[in-house]
Amino acid sequence: MKHENQLIVSVSRRAMVLGALGGVAALMGAPVIGAEPASRAGMSPDALVESVSTEVLDDIKADPALRNGDFNKLQKLIDGKVAPYVDFERMTRLSVGPGWRGATPEQRQALIREFRTYVVRTYSGALSRVTDHKVKLRPFHAQPGDADAMVRTVVAPSNGDPILLDYRLEKTDAGWKIYDVTILGVSMVETFRNSFASEVNQNGVDGLIKALADRNRQLAAGNKS
Amino acid sequence: MTGGRDGHGGRWARAAAAAAGLLLTACATVPPDAGRNPRDPYERVNRQVSAFNDKFDRYLMKPLAKGYQAVVPRAFRTCINNGFANLGEVRNAANDILQAKPGGVATDTGRLAINSTLGVAGCFDVATRMGFERRHEDFGLTLARWGAGTGPYVVLPFLGPSDVRDGIGLVPDFYSSPVGYVMPVSARFYLEGTGLVDTRAELLDATKLIEQVALDPYQFTRDAYLQRRLSLQYEGNPPLPKLEDDDSGESGPGPDATKAKPAQPAQPDGR
Repeated sequence: MKHENQLIVSVSRRAMVLGALGGVAALMGAPVIGAEPASRAGMSPDALVESVSTEVLDDIKADPALRNGDFNKLQKLIDGKVAPYVDFERMTRLSVGPGWRGATPEQRQALIREFRTYVVRTYSGALSRVTDHKVKLRPFHAQPGDADAMVRTVVAPSNGDPILLDYRLEKTDAGWKIYDVTILGVSMVETFRNSFASEVNQNGVDGLIKALADRNRQLAAGNKS
Repeated sequence: MTGGRDGHGGRWARAAAAAAGLLLTACATVPPDAGRNPRDPYERVNRQVSAFNDKFDRYLMKPLAKGYQAVVPRAFRTCINNGFANLGEVRNAANDILQAKPGGVATDTGRLAINSTLGVAGCFDVATRMGFERRHEDFGLTLARWGAGTGPYVVLPFLGPSDVRDGIGLVPDFYSSPVGYVMPVSARFYLEGTGLVDTRAELLDATKLIEQVALDPYQFTRDAYLQRRLSLQYEGNPPLPKLEDDDSGESGPGPDATKAKPAQPAQPDGR
């Protein structure tokens, strides 16, 4: 695989990690979307990812407000076009980890709500980097009957560093749904998991909900400035 | 970071010592469960070093990088960035040889040849446009290729996130950088300084993101680093991590908070 590590320039290992995260900053606008969810219900996971991420990317390219991090617009785009293909509950559950089991139904709803905002806020600032990026699928291996799939893509501008963007999907009754996104090899769920677990250990489930809500408020304030 | 590996005047040594004295007062808040993650047994020490690095970054590297970004036009920065990446092809190719990846050797030496000539000393990355995509290899990955595990995660002073294996790998990589052989020494010094500032400038957005988003930047950086290196080891196709929980997570013994470690791979599918 040769698309890796354009971002990595020199000796520093810090540079390496941060380069990886530069990938985060650079994209992620690209999760998925779809105009009519129903029409994509029967799609294979790779076809679904390709069609949805291409469409979202086109929307972002066409709308300067989105690239400038207009949170309400992005929220709308996600709700309308991405959300039908994402299992936010599973994404939240996996990220929260063991703490989920002890959470009450109300706490779980609060976690899902705050986590979803957190994810959208996190990446809304990164969309300004989108120029003429295109989505390409990397080789996809699947057996018929698989209920879990990893669809690997590369999102590249015509002139610049390509970004590896991979999606983990599960098969549900309503078609394939994304439950994790991996950027340059760094999984969102895995990366959040440890810090969420330690927050729950120290301050309980309510502590984590509060930490996410606080962070969302800070991000909201920061984006406006 | 390589400042002062040849006696470049006591001036720098004194300045560095003074700066170090100031910075060593950095003090990290260490959470009570520090060191429980099996991949990070030295978390307490690592957090201190990380706090030190953050200060060094905040007071020196970041301001330099911001100034550089403000003063030097984008096209010129791209040129400098490509130039250093081009020098890195020597390291890439050397490690491809050591990893017995003939395809990689061909790509990286081809890139070096094309970009050094047609690309005007590496300023333009024409090789990518010709279909030779940029790769990354280093000695840590070479050690991984022949079966070395990462060892514990460590944060190196000035250099940042690493692990025992990759830290050892820095030494041969350092000597495979052409910059280290530039004469006179003063030219080498400025080149290396420019390279570091250039690298830092490229990462301004990424570090801003971590600062804004991460509940705990130390943990975020560590977990991202370890995953990123695994991805590089497998050239972008690491074995799938097992994300546990599933079903509704209602029953059964809870997975330990600190695991979620990918299964240990057998052999990278070298291509």
